[in-house]
Amino acid sequence: MSENHKVIGKDFPLKDLEAKVTGRARFTEDFRVEGMAFAKLLLSPMPRARVRQIDATAALAMEGVLGILTADELDIVSTDGVRQGVIESAGERVLTNEPFYQGQPVAAIAAVDEDAAAEAIDRLRVDYEILPFVLDPLESLRPGGRNARDEGNVYDGQSLRDLKWTPADMEAIDRGGWPLDPEYTSSWEKGDLAAAFAAADLIIEEPIYHQSVTHHPLEPRSALAYWQNGKLYLHCSTQSIAQMKRRKAADMQIEEEDFVLISQYCGGGFGSKNEGVPTDLIPALLSRKLGGRPVMLRVTRDEESAFGRARPGLQGFVRLGFRSNGRIAGIDLSLVLDSGPIRSQGDHSSFANYASLQYQPEAMRFRGITVATNTPPRGAQQAPGGFPMVTMMEPLMGRAARELGLDRLELMRINAPRGAASYGPQEAYITGSFAPEAIDRARELFRWEEKKQLSGQTNGSKVTGIGAALTTYGAGDIEFDGLLVIRPDGRLTVHQGIGNLGCHSVIDTARAAAEVLSQPWEEVDVVWGDTSRGAPWSSRQGGTRTTHAHTRANHAAAMDARRKLQEIAARDLGGSADSYEVDAGRVYRLDSPGTGMTLGRAAERAIELGGRYDGHELPEDIDAMTVAGARLLVGQGLMGVAKDNYGRDGSTYSFVVGLCHLELDRETGVIEVKEYLAVADCGTIMNPRGLQGQLLGGGTRGMSVVRFEKWAYDPQWGINANHRLYTAKPVTILDVPTTMDWAALDIPDPQTPVGAKGVAESTIGGGGGALIDAVADALGGRVPQRRPLTPDIILSMLEGFGTGHRPLQTHA
Amino acid sequence: MSNIRDMMRSFELFQPTELEGALTLLREYGSDAWVLSGGMDTFDWLKDRAKQPRVVVDLGGLEELRGISEGDDGGLLIGARTTITEVATHPEVIRRYRLLAEAADMVATPQIRNQGTLGGNLAQDTRCWYYRSGWPCYRAGGNTCYANTPTSINREHGIFEADRCVAVSPSDTAPALVALDARMVVSSHRSERIVDAADFFITPGTDITRMTVLHPGEILVAVQIPERWAGKTFYFEKVADRQAWDFALASVASALELSGGLIQDARIVMGGVSPRPLRMRRVEETIVGRALDDETIEAAGAVAADGARPLRFNQYKLSLTRNLVKRAIREATA
Repeated sequence: MSENHKVIGKDFPLKDLEAKVTGRARFTEDFRVEGMAFAKLLLSPMPRARVRQIDATAALAMEGVLGILTADELDIVSTDGVRQGVIESAGERVLTNEPFYQGQPVAAIAAVDEDAAAEAIDRLRVDYEILPFVLDPLESLRPGGRNARDEGNVYDGQSLRDLKWTPADMEAIDRGGWPLDPEYTSSWEKGDLAAAFAAADLIIEEPIYHQSVTHHPLEPRSALAYWQNGKLYLHCSTQSIAQMKRRKAADMQIEEEDFVLISQYCGGGFGSKNEGVPTDLIPALLSRKLGGRPVMLRVTRDEESAFGRARPGLQGFVRLGFRSNGRIAGIDLSLVLDSGPIRSQGDHSSFANYASLQYQPEAMRFRGITVATNTPPRGAQQAPGGFPMVTMMEPLMGRAARELGLDRLELMRINAPRGAASYGPQEAYITGSFAPEAIDRARELFRWEEKKQLSGQTNGSKVTGIGAALTTYGAGDIEFDGLLVIRPDGRLTVHQGIGNLGCHSVIDTARAAAEVLSQPWEEVDVVWGDTSRGAPWSSRQGGTRTTHAHTRANHAAAMDARRKLQEIAARDLGGSADSYEVDAGRVYRLDSPGTGMTLGRAAERAIELGGRYDGHELPEDIDAMTVAGARLLVGQGLMGVAKDNYGRDGSTYSFVVGLCHLELDRETGVIEVKEYLAVADCGTIMNPRGLQGQLLGGGTRGMSVVRFEKWAYDPQWGINANHRLYTAKPVTILDVPTTMDWAALDIPDPQTPVGAKGVAESTIGGGGGALIDAVADALGGRVPQRRPLTPDIILSMLEGFGTGHRPLQTHA
Repeated sequence: MSNIRDMMRSFELFQPTELEGALTLLREYGSDAWVLSGGMDTFDWLKDRAKQPRVVVDLGGLEELRGISEGDDGGLLIGARTTITEVATHPEVIRRYRLLAEAADMVATPQIRNQGTLGGNLAQDTRCWYYRSGWPCYRAGGNTCYANTPTSINREHGIFEADRCVAVSPSDTAPALVALDARMVVSSHRSERIVDAADFFITPGTDITRMTVLHPGEILVAVQIPERWAGKTFYFEKVADRQAWDFALASVASALELSGGLIQDARIVMGGVSPRPLRMRRVEETIVGRALDDETIEAAGAVAADGARPLRFNQYKLSLTRNLVKRAIREATA
């Protein structure tokens, strides 16, 4: 499709590239403000406790110490002394006297420099009452098992209640199986499951497991805040400017117009910085206490590992029924979700929805339960639910293909969704799937027929494995706003309310506006990362929402601007607005191309005309944040501003096929990935280089999680062993496949004007799923249950000894 | 334990430019002083406040401890401040002691190899996560081992020579130097002593609070590599979770002297399985005098893990030990 476009689908130098490679890009910790103080945190040293007393006498007596903030000071109390509420974020306390996990913030101290603040923290004398804790959800479900909180151990909505499984239930798990009918908190079923399994020619039953893993953004979530003229200024690291602003303003209980959020660069988030975490507010609260003095909180790696969010772990069991041709007759899925102690997550429900879409089973049942543990709070991590689904299910598809004597990709293809496929219990449907075409393209590019002949071949101690995975994820939101200005110098400025996470959609979605206005990319500026410069209401830059949401929103704003250009030209030069075209920096009459004006001149006329042309009058259906952003830009040129009202029939999903070739050393258990290919069905390609980065970067991250990353907690003390980056073990460059390639179908999605869908979430499963499938292939079809696939796990499978873990034991 | 991590406490920093000055400082401050070389082991300790020295003596200015030169007996003399990159890339190390070059090249990452020194890599403390987190274990002067209970997280810990403590030697270069019969030059204010590499590293049975024979006030100043094993048949392999920025789950260094189709002499040393780089003497005795063939290799593997006592989560180290020992013989090359 890109041949029909001038801007979309082309490779251009990235607009923020120079700033990043020269160091000019400023992240939160790079900012300095006059009089800035520094804050340090006191974190809970134990997984569950009650703070009886904090003696800050020695700390506050230190030279340079400015003040302390404790949980008691976060209560909002009316003038007559009645407690009205508390400063918190989505139900999570900023500071607490009852920590539920090791590393939960208890107090903060501000001082003139960081050394003094740290020393003051060290001088706090805290009297903790140590409370019983639980790390493993299955242990909490055991009769007599501990609860993570007094209220209970199982989430029902966002409430907790006490729920234990029976001794017989737990015996089944201890034997390596799964109980028949324990109590769950959510479930759905569609189709005749019994009939589907009765008709199945092959049934596979397996315990399945996925570990909890921290997000590990390279940039920790540091924050700087100060108050000026009644306004709060917050520098932070976020994926989502507009969404973060709304969340934090609500948390602080201030008006949005009294809040300026600045975050132009974000060094990774993977979902953990969608709307931030409560600690983002600590500098603001300390600053308020210090009369508005700026306060910087530099979050360390240890702290980031503690409260920076993590992917929920899963323990469960799956029963799969296949017909002899590979068609999946039934899926019976039971999942226990480890959601940490603060909030319930929905990864197990997402898991089920994605499985129902990806495999299109004739019948399916999902049963799930969400358990609280005294481990760090969970949050969305790249492809929540979707990534575990792929890495836990796709290797079983490989095993089924082997046992049925079918080609692995053929089994994938026969089950893959086509067109407006339905999914989930309510028979929702998607805008369109071209997954079969992606599978076919991958087969061809990978030379699958040739490669699969290598499966099981040995070279000395090494054996070859070939694997594949199909992965899918939601690919976009709708109904956000676009905001742009054509200035008198003829340049187009697109304002964005999304963050700059590094995946570049903050820039690339502006291409939709440039394309509508035929504006050369060199004459387009993108403004982002500072709400004082005008930001429209925007989607999260998470959940693969942005490309879809903001190609639409910017398209809508550009269409608005285009119409205004046509109207101004018609007003000044005669004829109807429809008789004018916009191209090459001019608006001109179609039947008389010499009759027209430059966009710069049109912008001058828009300012002269005022009203809706330059932003004095705004559409009624746009969000209040967009209104506020637009008011900052009134009179600067011709304004395009609109809500995405294009509508959509169905939900938007992208698909990625990952193929992997690896060697496994049978003497050491070491894996060497030789080759990886990712092929995407993600609609119109916006930025080929960016898409390459997404597909191969995401695939690499998927491999990282399944090969290296885990939490290890001492079960007796509840303390984490992986709080350093080197002990958490994200992938290194030497672990990346030597050969990596990618392709994308470039077939527009039919339900969105530009045709573009997001792809980020889907990419991770392609790498992780294909790698595990390839390892299972190298192991002769035996699917590893534990994660990550470190040498000890592989060797235990090869040589038949135990790893030391209980069945489905987590955090070990 | 400290209330705070990731934030060093202030200390008095000395940056002597001559060895004599450094040794004088160490004598003066005794156990209050911390010796800083490349800092790759040091800074974790200091940032987490698990170690809070009053004084830090930075050896960075001691150019006399840096460099690789010819040794007195035809071997090489490597200053302790020589960076790991310099060891890994030095032509004479590669030509004569490829075993050491390969081991050095497996250390951490290029950045760490550029900053880290050979002396620091050899004298570094163990990476037991309980100990490094500041837990009051035996090694830290307490009265228990947190890593050796029925539920402990001990996948990375040792299977040999445990004595209350089950931590392992983390150094990649140490097994290679033990295999090369290297000698460590140790200086203090009053004297200099030469210690065989095999004796430089100690077990908890000797002193549970130290990994080496170095006492407060002493510095490892150089490593002597004798001519004995120059150009012989070598093999080095490190098995870790990741190919960079990781410590060995197990490593093996072998030096073989082959003649007339027989193994005339051998050094087989393992890392990551014991508190010290472990000479596999039983293996050496098994293979010396025999042909380098499958039967000998299998015999070596059969005895390699004798005496090992795995913990709950590290039974795999038995297999790894057997398999690496066999590979160290089978795949050794001149």
